[in-house]
Amino acid sequence: MWSRKHLLGIKELTVEEIQMILDSAVPMKDIIKRDIKKVPTLRGKSVINLFYEASTRTRTSFELAGKYLSADTVNIAVSTSSVVKGETLIDTGKTLDVMGADVVVIRHQASGAPELLSKHIKASVINAGDGFHEHPTQALLDLFTIREVKGSFAGLTVTILGDILHSRVARSNIWGLTKLGAKVRVAGPSTLLPMGLEEMGVEVYSRVEEALEGADVVNVLRIQLERQQKGLFPTIREYARLFGLNNERAKLAKTDALILHPGPMNRGVEISPELADGVQSRITEQVTNGVAVRMAILYLMTGGVADVPR
Amino acid sequence: MFLVKNGLVIDPANGINGIRDVLVRDGVIIEVSEHIEITPELEVIDAGEKIVTPGLIDMHVHLREPGLEAKETIASGTRAAAMGGFTSVACMPNTKPVIDSLILIEAVNGIARREGLVNVFPIGAITKGSQGGELAEIGDMVQGGAVAISDDGKPVGSAEIMRLALEYSKMFGIPVISHCEDTSLAHEGLMHLGAVATVLGLKGIPAAAEEIMLARDLILAEATGARLHVAHISTRGSVELIRNAKQRGVQVTCEVTPHHLSLTDKAVEGYDTATKVNPPLRPIEHVLALRQALNAGVIDVIATDHAPHAEEEKAVEFAAAPFGLVGLETAVPLVMELVRSGELNLERAVAALTLQPARILGLTGGSLTPGKAADLTIIDPNLELTLEASDLESKGKNSPFLGKKLQGFPVLTMVKGRIVMQDRKLMTE
Repeated sequence: MWSRKHLLGIKELTVEEIQMILDSAVPMKDIIKRDIKKVPTLRGKSVINLFYEASTRTRTSFELAGKYLSADTVNIAVSTSSVVKGETLIDTGKTLDVMGADVVVIRHQASGAPELLSKHIKASVINAGDGFHEHPTQALLDLFTIREVKGSFAGLTVTILGDILHSRVARSNIWGLTKLGAKVRVAGPSTLLPMGLEEMGVEVYSRVEEALEGADVVNVLRIQLERQQKGLFPTIREYARLFGLNNERAKLAKTDALILHPGPMNRGVEISPELADGVQSRITEQVTNGVAVRMAILYLMTGGVADVPR
Repeated sequence: MFLVKNGLVIDPANGINGIRDVLVRDGVIIEVSEHIEITPELEVIDAGEKIVTPGLIDMHVHLREPGLEAKETIASGTRAAAMGGFTSVACMPNTKPVIDSLILIEAVNGIARREGLVNVFPIGAITKGSQGGELAEIGDMVQGGAVAISDDGKPVGSAEIMRLALEYSKMFGIPVISHCEDTSLAHEGLMHLGAVATVLGLKGIPAAAEEIMLARDLILAEATGARLHVAHISTRGSVELIRNAKQRGVQVTCEVTPHHLSLTDKAVEGYDTATKVNPPLRPIEHVLALRQALNAGVIDVIATDHAPHAEEEKAVEFAAAPFGLVGLETAVPLVMELVRSGELNLERAVAALTLQPARILGLTGGSLTPGKAADLTIIDPNLELTLEASDLESKGKNSPFLGKKLQGFPVLTMVKGRIVMQDRKLMTE
């Protein structure tokens, strides 16, 4: 039975809660594959996508997830909202509340913004990515994708590659994977590896080759090009040369290793095009799974206690 | 006329630490001794099982007036001081405008005389507008009553300007109070750089940001022979730098805040913007070093860095909130908690709140020496209260201790022989 009001991060979830979401996402994925992709489960519920940061993938994914379940979905993008008139997050949240929102999905550049919102509104809050803190639905779709192929997590080695410092995807993945029993390695330039990562239960490498040795899953993070301008690494060229995932490096992982990427990709920088489109890649499958996982979350958080709709 | 009876009097200046009676007449301390007869004309204040100290002095507060009255005023800030047991506060010049001239010092003094409930001592800016460029009219400000100079809130970026400020201030016998921060290292940082910041996804401020600037200022103080006072030190490395400098004979003193003695960076978990302070809350190894340094006398002063903000300024995303927390009304119970747990030596703590700041700023208070103005504080070490926002006299409610149970509150504050707070109530007439 699901009892959590908000989904703010993976850190506070129990193993059972994570499993419940992943289990619920299985039948949801079947719905997406149907000819008529619509069930009446969330009819009469409203889901608001409150996005303070540009996002195509996550916002569309949440919007379709809501629509496939028959919820009323509304998108608010920061540039068109009253936020540009100086309204605070709390006031915006309260406004959505009194309009009858059941779920507010928030994406925000400030770490902790979803938690702040959750303390001031009655609607359920789902974190769709906050600062460098967490991106729980991305991690859940990554977990779902891994489980689909590998069956379980015990004994798996997952290598997360790239800009860990600025990555909410990495943090949420670390919490989820370690809870489920996988071994997690992280690797990237030492200037992009934040202090105290070991305390999160991961092995830290600055040599990519070592981190890839025998891995079952390689999750490649997007490198944001503006990090280079802040001096965190010398050039995109050197980043690609030292840390990019190419064929040669990919061979260090197991032959059946999965390759994941949360997108959008910088082809030829953090990942070579042939790997992105190759047989090991599950990058497009991740996108489909993202909708399924978000359907499961919306379903559970709006009081879905009975069997998942068929 | 008051007779404060049977209190545990701690007066480090006079080496007193025992049960004493204190006689006050015409706003002046008359006598401190083991037994003073009760006579009919005396108003007796029973201080049995309570601690009697010289009036507490907070040498680092932000009263926000002029210009930032939505955060605090001299009236509200000094009410908060009285509630917190402080009889004197020294206020920082980062108001609007910055207090960088004689006329502005006089304005603060004038408002404080009219509306202040406790003694207010203004601190002038080091540079004009605290812009770090040209020296402010320091001589003028000292004549008007400035007790120190500081660009608190920002560091003096140029080593040459800092050197000149130290050199120039020597003529007036006042300390230069330095806010030590290397802004390139602290840039956009929100909390201490470490494991907690990593988990919370907040940009970190390394300990080195404080220590590098401190090292520079210690070298400049040594080179000039001037008096340097370092505001709010927060790291183990800063403690070591100051210990070494003092051993070399550098004329340096420093302060620590109650929150840096009490809280670690783990307090930031949950993103309470009241825990967003500069310098940031540090991990436990730093906190322990600060406590030891206070006991050892390496740290001279406890000062709150009372930094009130309007509610709407702090009710925002962590990254968007201003730095600072209100400290005047929680300083004493926080210190008393550390005394109770054996972390702090009571006599040292009292000296750090009385004698030491008086010495550094050249104030006459800080002791119960007969003949001096009767500034005095009584603390009930057993009084336990759950702190609510509505209890705070400060306009700023940005305290990380709201809803927490605290013990050891001041129960009487006397300024120049006048009781301004008694039994947790202000006496404003």
